Amino acid sequence: RMPAPIRLRELIRTIRTARTQAEEREMIQKECAAIRSSFREEDNTYRCRNVAKLLYMHMLGYPAHFGQLECLKLIASQKFTDKRIGYLGAMLLLDERQDVHLLMTNCIKNDLNHSTQYVQGLALCTLGCMGSAEMCRDLAGEVEKLLKTSNSYLRKKAALCAVHVIRKVPELMEMFLPATKNLLSEKNHGVLHTSVVLITEMCERSPDMLTHFRKLVPQLVRILKNLIMSGYSPEHDVSGISDPFLQVRILRLLRILGKGDDDSSEAMNDILAQVATNTETSKNVGNAILYETVLTIMDIKSESGLRVLAINILGRFLLNNDKNIRYVALTSLLKTVQTDHNAVQRHRSTIVDCLKDLDVRAMELSFALVNGNNIRGMMKELLYFLDSCDPEFKADCASGVFLAAEKFAPSKRWHIDTIMRVLTTAGSYVRDDCVPNLIQLITNSSEMHAYTVQRLYKALLDDISQQPLVQVSSWCMGEYGDLLLSGQCEEEEPIQVSEDEVLDVLEGVLISNLSSPVTRGYALTAIMKLSTRFSSVNRIKRVVSIYGSSIDVELQQRAVEYNALFKKYDHMRAALLERMPVMEKTAANGPTEIVQTNGEAEPSVLDVKHVPSAPQPSVQANDLLDLLSGNDMVPVIPTTVPTKPASAGGELLDLLGDLSLTVSISQPPFLLDGISSQPLFNDAAAGIPPMTAYNKNGLKIDFTFERSNSNPNVAVITIHASNSTEADMTDFVFQAAVPKTFQLQLLSPSSNVVPALNKGTITQVVKVLNPQKQQLRMRIKLTYNHRGSSVQDLAEVNNFPTQSWQ
Amino acid sequence: MQFMLLFSRQGKLRLQKWYVPLSDKEKKKITRELVQTVLARKPKMCSFLEWRDLKIVYKRYASLYFCCAIEDQDNELITLEIIHRYVELLDKYFGSVCELDIIFNFEKAYFILDEFLLGGEAQETSKKNVLKAIEQADLLQEVRLGGGLFFLGFNSFH
Repeated sequence: RMPAPIRLRELIRTIRTARTQAEEREMIQKECAAIRSSFREEDNTYRCRNVAKLLYMHMLGYPAHFGQLECLKLIASQKFTDKRIGYLGAMLLLDERQDVHLLMTNCIKNDLNHSTQYVQGLALCTLGCMGSAEMCRDLAGEVEKLLKTSNSYLRKKAALCAVHVIRKVPELMEMFLPATKNLLSEKNHGVLHTSVVLITEMCERSPDMLTHFRKLVPQLVRILKNLIMSGYSPEHDVSGISDPFLQVRILRLLRILGKGDDDSSEAMNDILAQVATNTETSKNVGNAILYETVLTIMDIKSESGLRVLAINILGRFLLNNDKNIRYVALTSLLKTVQTDHNAVQRHRSTIVDCLKDLDVRAMELSFALVNGNNIRGMMKELLYFLDSCDPEFKADCASGVFLAAEKFAPSKRWHIDTIMRVLTTAGSYVRDDCVPNLIQLITNSSEMHAYTVQRLYKALLDDISQQPLVQVSSWCMGEYGDLLLSGQCEEEEPIQVSEDEVLDVLEGVLISNLSSPVTRGYALTAIMKLSTRFSSVNRIKRVVSIYGSSIDVELQQRAVEYNALFKKYDHMRAALLERMPVMEKTAANGPTEIVQTNGEAEPSVLDVKHVPSAPQPSVQANDLLDLLSGNDMVPVIPTTVPTKPASAGGELLDLLGDLSLTVSISQPPFLLDGISSQPLFNDAAAGIPPMTAYNKNGLKIDFTFERSNSNPNVAVITIHASNSTEADMTDFVFQAAVPKTFQLQLLSPSSNVVPALNKGTITQVVKVLNPQKQQLRMRIKLTYNHRGSSVQDLAEVNNFPTQSWQ
Repeated sequence: MQFMLLFSRQGKLRLQKWYVPLSDKEKKKITRELVQTVLARKPKMCSFLEWRDLKIVYKRYASLYFCCAIEDQDNELITLEIIHRYVELLDKYFGSVCELDIIFNFEKAYFILDEFLLGGEAQETSKKNVLKAIEQADLLQEVRLGGGLFFLGFNSFH
């Protein structure tokens, strides 16, 4: 016969002497083999010992599934020791996915009816911990019986077991209802606690149950009151508080019962106030109760005084030395800051202090509390947070700073400075989608352009590793490089910089290993743009031609196109690379089409505002005749925004009548075809190519298109008027008329001067409603003063791309 | 509570109580990840952290970390009290409990836990009652049930 298997403690001792993992594994394997043989011998005496050893080895991470059936045998044994280990083994080794666990059901059923309460307890515990849905269904009746027993030891366990049954098989909830009738009349705290848990579970799962149990509110209030008022009870005392566990559970149940119900909320109002004011706050246990109380007050229909009391408790929590308390306070305040904003605002300085803990909750709260009055002070603290916080939170913080700055910036200068601060100190954490937003902001702060580009230039001199910073800087340098050279800067001492120095920096970005493909794209385009602002055109041509053979397909494509701009399309270059207009931000928040993952080049920048169409002759005789009739043209009155001359209806009638037509149908030139990038800003919408509507006597008018976000039948056209002559065109007025089936709305233009030599454009938004989806046609009338004389011209616009009206 | 883990500062598991059904593989993965996360925490950090969709409450007692995973609506501060109560129970039972006690008597640690919590909730809020139940149950280990030691001699005659 085999020697007796070694005892559990001896095995533990032995295994702990192993000096290496390999040694331990060897010992374990040896012992497992011995245990297996012992199991095979069906040895009842030592089964318990062997399973216990197996459980130890299982905890070390070794497989123990061959002991599962042995656990079942132990459970079936009559020895209490066997049952204890058997049930423990079942809870550790068996899980409900395996069929073998169902073999337990009968044993558990028997043990639930055992004459010894500790055996019943084992069964209840095991069922309540890991019982599967099938087991629960089979044994629910037994549990329900035990829920009604007068034995409090069993009753409390049955209550929690019932909770588990309900979680597994919600349909069985009803059967436990009768047994709950007098659960709360119990004196035994264990039963009270578990009963409250059970009732809570039922209320959470069923609105009917919730309504039913609302009548318990007075009783719950009474129990809670007794706990608070009663004298010292050694059995349940924790640091001077009587049964905090029960208090917390009752408060939680009250929360559920009081929510949305005026009467219940009123009934609990006093006790909540009492708990809130009388609970000892020096230790965690008291604060645990206060915390639960605050949660309840905020959730039910409490009177405002009580709510303020709750928020003040949270405010006091923020001053607590214990960071755990501060943590729950911040979490709770975050939940209430929207609904009780003013009350939370009163604690702003305390919250801001918590920023020093570098807690991200404090950051979120701070952002929620920022407003026009406190923005300067708050931003200082938030920027400190940004500098010091965990990298995990920097992106969110940066985005939050940008948002807050955009909403509440006290001045444009402050706004730009704040953006700069973030870009230079946390630049690599700034989200990619912030870059277009920032560019838009900068563009729209026209008076700050010189200052901005100067600061960004200086930032790049220091550091070109932070991609978002480099991208924004490159873009600005391309756009406002001329301002950099001009030495005009009102906000600070203007720097002296030469064209070559600027190009050096941009070329440096292009070459650097640190630059992502996207960033390189920005840099190349910026360099290209400078060809119309700088005189070092040859240098720029050289750079561009080099990249015509770049391995990076995106860069190569751009370079090739830009090369073409220098050669075949040089006459368009100036117009194409012009200053960006002020951009209108749409409801869709503009550039959400930009998706950048892992720095892969989703081409994000294409500053081509408009693409001129190559005029081609057309043979569309019928259309011409239709238009000539003029009868179907409807005059339009532009929307009046004071300062601009509004055209009265009378003048527009001039538009009706015969016109000489030059019809051009636009073929998208290769420039547009070749560009695979998605449009960046709102002035080039997804897919609708821009067009030239008019080009005569030095005046060129281009149309760019967008779809209205709110109405698919509305095309939003932005006209861009530019002037290549040497004299300005002043008092410029653009008017338009469309056929009867359309409706037209003209918004006010950006100015009424078209500066000479393409130094700027007038933009104006025209909205066309086209419910019948007819082919869009337009007659335009232009009036302006040029070189001392007044000019007027009429034209047909027929080369609308089909996407603009279909 | 969804689960409770006890582990040493070297990351060795000393007790694992699961109140939700998970495969062995999943349990191992969760344990590994959580142990790593908690051990990486600096002393001045608070006892709570958000992990997956759960709240983790942990506290170190000497060389052992007690780590509980609770749900969103559970009270973190009272969970700290639950952990503390469990430690007090162990302390009373073993007399100045240390990690070695839990290593060599892990099954007892489980038995005590199972008298204190059931299905992840406290079943008994009186320290005295929990200890009394354990005491009584321990006594039962000597006795044969159903027949009683008392009658054994008589039965074996036949």
